[in-house]
Amino acid sequence: MNKYAIFLGCTVPVRAQHYELSARNVAKELGIDLVEMPGASCCGFPLKAVEAETALLIAARNIALASKMKLDVITLCNSCTAMLSDAQAQLGNEEFHSKFKKVGLSYPNEVRVRHFVRMLYEDIGIEKIGKAVKKPLSSLKIMPHYGCHYMRPSNLYGFDNVETPHTLDELVSVTGAESVNYADKKMCCGGSVLGVDEELAITMANHKLSIAKDNGVDAIASICPFCTVMYEDNQRKAEAQFAKQYGIPVLYYPQLLGLSLGLDGNAVGLKFNRIKSDSMMEKLAR
Amino acid sequence: MIDLRKSDPQFKWEIVKKEGGEGLLKCFGCSDCAASCPVRYFDERYNPRKIIRFTLLGMKDVVLKSPFLWFCAHCHACTERCPQGIRVAELINAIKNYAVEQGYCPEGYKMQIDLLMKMGRLYEVEDFDLKKRQRLGLPPIDKTIPEVAKILESTNILKVLKK
Ligand code: SF4
Ligand code: SF4
Repeated sequence: MNKYAIFLGCTVPVRAQHYELSARNVAKELGIDLVEMPGASCCGFPLKAVEAETALLIAARNIALASKMKLDVITLCNSCTAMLSDAQAQLGNEEFHSKFKKVGLSYPNEVRVRHFVRMLYEDIGIEKIGKAVKKPLSSLKIMPHYGCHYMRPSNLYGFDNVETPHTLDELVSVTGAESVNYADKKMCCGGSVLGVDEELAITMANHKLSIAKDNGVDAIASICPFCTVMYEDNQRKAEAQFAKQYGIPVLYYPQLLGLSLGLDGNAVGLKFNRIKSDSMMEKLAR
Repeated sequence: MIDLRKSDPQFKWEIVKKEGGEGLLKCFGCSDCAASCPVRYFDERYNPRKIIRFTLLGMKDVVLKSPFLWFCAHCHACTERCPQGIRVAELINAIKNYAVEQGYCPEGYKMQIDLLMKMGRLYEVEDFDLKKRQRLGLPPIDKTIPEVAKILESTNILKVLKK
């Protein structure tokens, strides 16, 4: 049995329940046990630019909870993954560890931090997932978007290839869909810039939206709630700023995987996606 | 214009001392960071190499007062390319941390700290959210996590922001 502590962070459980729902239902299908982490807080990432040390302590406190549970941590948000991984690494640094102890925390058991999608790739594996696919999404063309903190910085993760990532492509392909190969796969969504300069952030998001449009994709596969904010919630703004028409659905990867495993639209929360995927679903039904 | 008479020779040492700032002095100005930077790709007003250069030159005011410092998306594209092995994204973050200490904290961040003090999370969990979660079969979550305020109170962050 694959058993992990599930770290939800701030955004997913309140603003992206369809991501959480689809991930949990996919986990059930694949025999993955996700255990709740009572008392888990914000990962700390929003504070990093203000004071890294405080952000790291908040992150490390969350790790301490999983450590007591003796379970590796699984995350759904790329930024949470980066922040918790950073803190996990810092716990090996004596100076940081003593500050950590000073606020009354302890790290009794070594635990790892990984993104849900990375766990699917590494612990379940393409082969086993492939065998569980009941309704291949063969008619669909999907554009995988990795997001920055899924594989960078490589010194923290040591996973996938930072220049030409491929794990999400493989995970999209195994659903039966065509995973679109494109230049600038590692490009940032612009999410971190949104609060600083909206026009610039939208310009960054538009870059991939226009690539998606040029490739005629049925949907973008996202694995981070912030990337989804840029590509889905702000798609209208990109259309206005660049006088374009996109209407491209943005699905969380577990939603797509769930459909291929035979789950229905409700079980993957399709009705909560802001850009409706009706035409994609019609294509699938044909 | 760069006016070296206004330079502060201590500035670079302040940055080196900060978490993430350790690599500063290794920079030889190759510009690989700028070449790989997605923000710079779309907006040339932002340039990580320039920020690092000005920091090395002690142009403290120019660096700290520049709104462009906050354009860094912390995406780590630069970190992967720096031939000197500098954690460039962390270095820029260290400069941001120092700017905050010197009184240049963007308002948005201050608001986030208020939310974390109050709830331990960025988004309020309302009854509506809990009901929606229940309807979807999702487990309940804590509305507030007071331990976060305790951590915030234990570090320098509130003093720095005069809270
Ligand atoms: S890539 Fe590294 S060495 Fe080159 S300019 Fe940027 S920080 Fe300096
Ligand atoms: S981390 Fe900042 S400086 Fe480095 S590439 Fe990304 S946006 Fe540019």
